[in-house]
Amino acid sequence: MTQDYQDGNALAGPLAELFAVDVTAATGRCVSCGDTGRVADLRVYGHELGWVARCPSCDHVMLRLVRSPDAAWLDLQGTLSLRVPLPPS
Amino acid sequence: MSARIEWRVATLAEFRNETATARTLLLDVPGWPGHLAGQHVDVRLTDADGYSTQRSYSLGAPADGERVELTVQKVPGGEVSEYLTDVYSIGDPIELRGPVGGWFVWHPSRTAPVLLVAGGSGIVPLMAMVRARRQARSRAPFRLIYSVRSPADQYFSSELRRSAVDDSGLDVTTVYTRSAPPGATREPGRIGGADLERYGWPPQFEPTCFVCGPTGFVEKVANTLVGLGHDPRRIRTERFGPTGG
Repeated sequence: MTQDYQDGNALAGPLAELFAVDVTAATGRCVSCGDTGRVADLRVYGHELGWVARCPSCDHVMLRLVRSPDAAWLDLQGTLSLRVPLPPS
Repeated sequence: MSARIEWRVATLAEFRNETATARTLLLDVPGWPGHLAGQHVDVRLTDADGYSTQRSYSLGAPADGERVELTVQKVPGGEVSEYLTDVYSIGDPIELRGPVGGWFVWHPSRTAPVLLVAGGSGIVPLMAMVRARRQARSRAPFRLIYSVRSPADQYFSSELRRSAVDDSGLDVTTVYTRSAPPGATREPGRIGGADLERYGWPPQFEPTCFVCGPTGFVEKVANTLVGLGHDPRRIRTERFGPTGG
């Protein structure tokens, strides 16, 4: 792959529109290779209207986010699980 | 933290030119909730026709009440950065939302050694950590390695020189890639394992490493740190992509 990507930190704003917790600090498991890593470390392509986030180990698409004026469309079929750190209750 | 993040109107209160092509913006943001060092904001510009575009910028300093600080590097042809560095004037509004990002952050309560490695404008969120450390009178041992092309490309020059002397427990090393100032002992060149070994912490100290810069720089530094024996779980990275304009 070329190096024309950002990382998952760039998704913090767009995902904060949808979720109350910071999803970039969550640990995701890739459907394709089974590797786990922080959402912040995914390789992110595109911006503003649509993002594609790929697994840094195998390049499989783990997350897609499309923002239209009145909706957000989130595709997580490449993510097997997300472990979200929470403050102790 | 509220469930939904909202766009706020920020106005420019002051600015400082860091280099010929980078400007620090001091923005007043009514209702700003505060933030942690390393977090960033999204900035949105909308023109008269309703066309809007947004970019992410790291916060360069701890919050000062409702005032926040961003440093913008002008990217040739970058519609947002050219506006913010050349046109945007005192009193002008922009839209801003944040703070966002909970991974690339340093908490002043942490006492573990920290290694900061900045490439170019990647210094901005790391400078926020240096400033937050000073503000909190933290004694966490910090080492900053700042890679820049030449002395003219350096941000925060005088403050970093002062901090290196005044902030006890902070070491600052500048690595020049193209041209070094007179008297520099290191030949100009890209950052390598020898630099990270000499100016960083030994892996046995188990430092938390924060690496920020262009994608290629971050990949190289992070891989080199792992090669030197640092635990990948203690390396936190933030990369700029091609969309920083």
